[in-house]
Amino acid sequence: MKLRIFVTLKPGVLDPQGRAIHHALGSLGFAGVDDVRAGKLIEMQVADDTDDAAIDAMCRQLLANTVIENYRVERA
Amino acid sequence: MKTAVIVFPGSNCDRDLAVALEDVTGTRPDMVWHGDSALPDGVGLVAVPGGFSYGDYLRSGAIAARSPVMRAVVEQANRGLPVLGVCNGFQVLTEAGLLPGALMRNAGLNFVCRDVPLVVQNSQTAFTSRYEAGETISVPVAHHDGNYFADDATLDRLEGEGRVAFRYGEEVNGSARRIAGIVSASGNVLGMMPHPERRVESAHGGSDGRRLFEGLLEAVGA
Repeated sequence: MKLRIFVTLKPGVLDPQGRAIHHALGSLGFAGVDDVRAGKLIEMQVADDTDDAAIDAMCRQLLANTVIENYRVERA
Repeated sequence: MKTAVIVFPGSNCDRDLAVALEDVTGTRPDMVWHGDSALPDGVGLVAVPGGFSYGDYLRSGAIAARSPVMRAVVEQANRGLPVLGVCNGFQVLTEAGLLPGALMRNAGLNFVCRDVPLVVQNSQTAFTSRYEAGETISVPVAHHDGNYFADDATLDRLEGEGRVAFRYGEEVNGSARRIAGIVSASGNVLGMMPHPERRVESAHGGSDGRRLFEGLLEAVGA
């Protein structure tokens, strides 16, 4: 089974990288961009019988730092 | 006093810390490799050095915090063993759950490498007893991810409990409330972004960092 795990900064956590990207888009002349937030996409191949609890534990214990980040799991 | 310096792949301040510790304690520290599952017997202080452990992959300090030796460090820290984390070491200690909050990318996105004024907030900790509260010292920083973040409730608790050990005397990296270093609830773990080990003798351009090690030696009673 293929997993796609999206790790994003929590709302309210300052994202200097997103801000720099936002700024660069503005410099390129793209108007109408209200906000940019940068995150990570982690793709994993796991055994088909991997249960939700195990996936959640991987996210909480390593893949995301839940002090500053949220995560969302997508099964492909 | 017998001390230990943890060495991860990518650590680069481990030898600086070892020199500072040997200078102050008179005993050469044990250098402990990240793959070891136990600390040497009789260690009275563990130092987690700066650097780019595991290439800062995933998040700064994230992989190092899950290494075998850190399990031993966490276990011993929870029993009261003094642990000092500097720079990447601070990041590792937050990732390992020994200290609250997280160190994020500097607000200005730049790597900041210069001397900064640090205001000693609490001189009652084992790490700061040789300083005066309110005193400003000069210690270098060299980091990309030193922007301390914690939610407001955590920040209020840290301040209320006197756990902010050092604060930047000026804007450096966007840290919440300009926090540069904090101690654990039990007071035996200190994490700080600035490098006291790079300021221990006059040849370094000052020795403001030396008193941290001296105070620690005294506090540990060796």
